[in-house]
Amino acid sequence: MTSRRDFIKISAIGAGVLVVGTGAYKVVKALSSPEQVKKLVVGLKRTPTYCEVCFWKCAGWVYKTSEGKIWKIVGNENDQHCNGRFCPRGTGGVGMYYDEDRLKTPLIRVEERGKQVFREASWDEALEVIAVKMKNIASKSGPESMALFSHGSGSSYFTTLMKSYGSANIAEPSYAQCRGPRDEAFMATFGEEAYSPEITDIRDTRCLVLIGSHIGENMHNGQVQEMSDAIDKGATIITVDPRFSTAAGKSKFWLPIKPATDMALLLAWIHEIIFKDYYDKKYVEKYCSGFEQLKAHVKDFTPEWAYGITTIKPDLIMKTAKEMADASPAVIVHPGRHVTWYGDDTQRIRAVAILNALLGSWGRRGGFYRPAKFELSSYGSPSFKTPSKTWEDAFPGKYTIASSPVSNVLIDASIPENNPGLLIRGWIVNGTNLITTIPDQANTLKAIQNLELLVAVDTMPMEITGWADVVLPECTYLERYDGLRVSPHRKPAIALRMPAAEPLNNTKPGYWIARELSKKLALENYFPFEKQEELLDWQLKKAGSSLEEMQRIGVKTFERDADDLYFSENEQVEFPTDSGKIELYSSYFEGAGYDPLPKYVAHEEPAEGFYRLIYGRAPMHTFSRTSNNPNLTDLMDENTVWINPVVAKEWGIKSDQYIWLRNQDNVISDFPVKVRVTERIRWDSVYIVHGFGHAQKQMKRCFGKGVSDTQLITNVLVDPLMGGTGMRSNFVTFVIEKTGEEVAS
Amino acid sequence: MRYAMAVDTRKCVGCSDCVVACQTENDVPIGFCRDWVVEVMDGTYPQLEIEIRSERCNHCVNAPCVRCCPTGASHIVDGGIVLVEPGECIGCGACMASCPYDARYPHPSGYVDKCTFCFHRIKNGMSPACVEVCPTKCLYFGDLDDMNSDVSVVLKKRKSKTLIPEAGTDPQLYFLI
Repeated sequence: MTSRRDFIKISAIGAGVLVVGTGAYKVVKALSSPEQVKKLVVGLKRTPTYCEVCFWKCAGWVYKTSEGKIWKIVGNENDQHCNGRFCPRGTGGVGMYYDEDRLKTPLIRVEERGKQVFREASWDEALEVIAVKMKNIASKSGPESMALFSHGSGSSYFTTLMKSYGSANIAEPSYAQCRGPRDEAFMATFGEEAYSPEITDIRDTRCLVLIGSHIGENMHNGQVQEMSDAIDKGATIITVDPRFSTAAGKSKFWLPIKPATDMALLLAWIHEIIFKDYYDKKYVEKYCSGFEQLKAHVKDFTPEWAYGITTIKPDLIMKTAKEMADASPAVIVHPGRHVTWYGDDTQRIRAVAILNALLGSWGRRGGFYRPAKFELSSYGSPSFKTPSKTWEDAFPGKYTIASSPVSNVLIDASIPENNPGLLIRGWIVNGTNLITTIPDQANTLKAIQNLELLVAVDTMPMEITGWADVVLPECTYLERYDGLRVSPHRKPAIALRMPAAEPLNNTKPGYWIARELSKKLALENYFPFEKQEELLDWQLKKAGSSLEEMQRIGVKTFERDADDLYFSENEQVEFPTDSGKIELYSSYFEGAGYDPLPKYVAHEEPAEGFYRLIYGRAPMHTFSRTSNNPNLTDLMDENTVWINPVVAKEWGIKSDQYIWLRNQDNVISDFPVKVRVTERIRWDSVYIVHGFGHAQKQMKRCFGKGVSDTQLITNVLVDPLMGGTGMRSNFVTFVIEKTGEEVAS
Repeated sequence: MRYAMAVDTRKCVGCSDCVVACQTENDVPIGFCRDWVVEVMDGTYPQLEIEIRSERCNHCVNAPCVRCCPTGASHIVDGGIVLVEPGECIGCGACMASCPYDARYPHPSGYVDKCTFCFHRIKNGMSPACVEVCPTKCLYFGDLDDMNSDVSVVLKKRKSKTLIPEAGTDPQLYFLI
């Protein structure tokens, strides 16, 4: 039968119509009859959880059918993160549980590393192998030569394990590959980070400025909801992006900036706001330091100066500066989240922080609110040993303002020829697929080949598991308890995750895995509770609740101690910076030997026939975590490369054609990618969604689908302040047909 | 009683949450959908405009799918909701061919399936699953005969359009522009 939906898609191409979501009439399997559907509605049981598909951690309810089968997940109405509404990834979280490609049982490598030949093992044997190796490493080289890479809820257990073992090398790629520069820039300016969820008061803002932030495509739930509320209330959105993003489509002003020049625009805005007297004088006088130095610094950074760099016309720069000033203090120059772009990222976000300070938005309604967090009681476990060395000793004097361990430093420190002051010999990797997370894959693989031990703990057979010596299958978040969620928000709150089903196959919760391993290392006194629910009940009782109550309500929200969501009129605020003020001029950076004020530095541009590789997100996927999820691949099963029509015409490339991408270092993508010819991207850039192009055959649904941006990111611009890996200085060209030689390589 | 839905194209970000929520709520087999997202782009860089909208069955007043159904499986119930009775459907596909909105799909079990406005939920006073989940709150549902329903209120306040009005089906899915 011909699909009429396909017909619509084809006939409307001229008008630029694209049908998103399913529509391919592929018959997969016959599921339920309508009688079964009716049965689903009666006799329901629900259990609380908070989502693990992304870091927003929305609290919700898992509904089961009367037969006890997981049916659907919906938001908890009392949760500030989601307000009763899950995003597509959270709604599709059921697919994580049902994915038939999940890891099922512990595996031990039997052939050389990377060949992916494993044998099945019992938990006891697998953990014994790890414990013996870890003891061996500790006695030979000291426990500080082990490292942990982690992401998500399992982090805390493996962190406890590593600290008790004697290592402080615990890195989350979410720092140096993502939000690290932002956090350091805000710390240097306000003495506080932008938090997660961000403390942006979008629901009450009058002007939201997005610089490369594509809210709506990044589905950070509460933020998307509040942007929608702001649109309803008539707020102005200003979007700076070389791509016509979804947010740009909802904006009063879209600034189609030349990539890599954002700093010039930010400095011109600062110039305009200072020299046109738009800034909040009372606020700046009362709370900020270094204004005169800043003013002198930006004297020459006029809109006309920035025009030559950014291609944004001076009157548009002036108009948007005025728009922000008119909305002040209910204005947000969004700090962004994934900001590791060009290696000067901490300084660029410093410019963002400075703009917010000048507009008086920090601590004000419609700007940034003061977060409140519920503090859980901690049980008295023994204190950790102090390691004789840490990651900071690997390359002394580098990245001195990094407040968290830098994942790429730990990787570089695993390669003996780099002569690190501390050589890393073993990794535990939990919930992060380092191969697709860390740029410069060749370097990561080189490090891996030097290791004495690599343990991968994951729910899915991600690329990293193929390189591991021991693979430990974790159950999904729908099958386990985890620590209570106490993320800061407008009000302090607690959310509970409990299992909706027994772990499938031979999988286990992270807590159990870490504790069992601790027993084999004689460190179990750091895990005094045999079952995690005993710990949760203890903590909840201290908090005036109980496990039993939380199982019923899922989320408990408390009132703030004081009515201080925003600064009050005439409030004397002591900022946690060196000077106690908001530092427009950073004495902290100056003392550490870095520029105290942000400067514009020109970045490399694409050579003839090459295009800057820009990557981003699709609302239905979270990195590679969801790329094999049956429900979510049904919505999007491959990425496309966005190419401007002018460029496509030059190359004779058409929409829906498959091509390969080759980067400036001659790396060709493993797999071909479908072309999307669209006016939505600048002619000097191409765009792809991150998280596709998986080379791991065990993930049958996503193997070979689309292209991996990480594979093409071989030129890494490291931020000298904190070690963040700038990834937007890679350029690709098109390979229409692979030659034999290219296929072989 | 006349049920209808309005979709705010100014707020919809095209995340497809409506699609997944519908699929899980109604146990729609993977590979099929009762609702979907369309993106329409106009202009030349950098003068661009985009409209994103969540689409589904229009629950037409003058429904061609009902008129052409040889067995009476496609029918209209109270409130104007167009439904298919799977037991009476022979899967001939006439309704699919007659629908100007391509809102129906052949269920692998042999009948034709489509959006029901989550009839099983609205009977019990709940909203359709897509309306309840939408993170941007861009979907408004209710009874047009009730002046105070969400959909009546928003349609009074905002300009709207319907799709393919020239087909004469009197569609009840409105798009706020």
